[in-house]
Amino acid sequence: MIPAAFEYAAPKTVAEAIALLRGADSGGKILAGGQSLVPMMRFRLAAPNLLIDITRIPELRIFKEESGYLRIGAMVTHGELERSAMVGERYPLLASTARVVADPIVRERGTICGSLVHADPAGDWGAALIAARAQAVVTGPAGERTMPLDDFLVDTFTTALGEDEILTEVRVPTPPALSGGNYQKIERKVGDFATAAVGVQLTLSEQGAVEAVGIGLCAAGPVSLRATAAEGMLIGKVLDDASITAAAAAAATQAEPTADTRGAIDYKRDMVRVLTSRALHAARAAIRA
Amino acid sequence: MSHHIEITVNGTHQALDVEPRLPLVFALREMLDLTGTHVGCDTTSCGACTVLVDGTPVKSCTMFAVQADGCSVETVEGLAAGGELHPLQKAFWENHGLQCGFCTPGMLMTAKALLARNPRPSEVEIRRGISGNLCRCTGYQNIVKAIQQAAAEQSTAAAAGD
Repeated sequence: MIPAAFEYAAPKTVAEAIALLRGADSGGKILAGGQSLVPMMRFRLAAPNLLIDITRIPELRIFKEESGYLRIGAMVTHGELERSAMVGERYPLLASTARVVADPIVRERGTICGSLVHADPAGDWGAALIAARAQAVVTGPAGERTMPLDDFLVDTFTTALGEDEILTEVRVPTPPALSGGNYQKIERKVGDFATAAVGVQLTLSEQGAVEAVGIGLCAAGPVSLRATAAEGMLIGKVLDDASITAAAAAAATQAEPTADTRGAIDYKRDMVRVLTSRALHAARAAIRA
Repeated sequence: MSHHIEITVNGTHQALDVEPRLPLVFALREMLDLTGTHVGCDTTSCGACTVLVDGTPVKSCTMFAVQADGCSVETVEGLAAGGELHPLQKAFWENHGLQCGFCTPGMLMTAKALLARNPRPSEVEIRRGISGNLCRCTGYQNIVKAIQQAAAEQSTAAAAGD
């Protein structure tokens, strides 16, 4: 399977890439790791006129903590994040997500930002980074704008990106003390899309009550979903078996999975319940004294 | 429009003119006659086409040749040096780490990258490391054994060389 013909450009700066996008008159597409886009092109589900390869833009490789955020540039791969000692130590939600994205070879090329732009509701990063309350940094001809990831992910395969804009970075708030996080996923085999998955980011008070919590659901609707009801009922509560059970049930109620070869609706909804419970327990266990 | 690219393949400099839509695996197989790299699923699932690009394992059906401009590519043909099998190839042979052999080139390249990063992986780390490479003869037991043997031999050789 060979894709439809296209022109190829490998700019050296973001400004150049945006100029190319503008010039392509909505026929341009950004190529980062290409682990979703290239298969789409080979199936001819996507047929851009111009592929703008951003892998040679050094500024997009930014990957560091700064001003209360972890900055993840557009060219940071799943594998790079998975191997980061800093992420392993301070961002257990991200570390546990990176380990289960696609397969180890795909993780070497695929990027976090590319996965978000692809906006597949079965993509892991949408759910995980909604739980982490990440910000999307979008760059266009007029400069940079920042929005909560919830607003960036609009619908299935649809984001808030304009035709001449690039997701240049995603910013994850550095968790305060007494925080933990975890990502739980059920998949039929490595590399398959999730049957169901849930990400949790949690902060407790000194007294053990839930001060902040984010819960993101993967493959549980047309877009990565925030389990708002479950989050709301946990705030201020002590995180014990009773409150976890109730929150997990609320997350399952909010989920809108569809039936496919991975399972029926009732089964998937129940897996959201099970995984929310497991992720909350594991997030609590990940809190360091 | 075709693009002129220069890549190093198994240590040899190659200049190619490629259409942007040509996947790397077809440039290797059809332009350079390096047919050791196999096309399995052709859809990023099976890992048979895995090669190393600047040392990193890549499914070469999911990267365009034009993207490899300036890179160093290593394929299964680059493993044996001077007629001697690479320790991984020898270990696959001795442990019956292949049956039909279709997945083997990808398995070997993935294993090479795995051992470069982690010279003494545990069994779990090996199984996780090759989880993007499918073997339909279900030879995983022996593939894992082969990688363990190669890891042990390589680290013994490294220790002897110290």
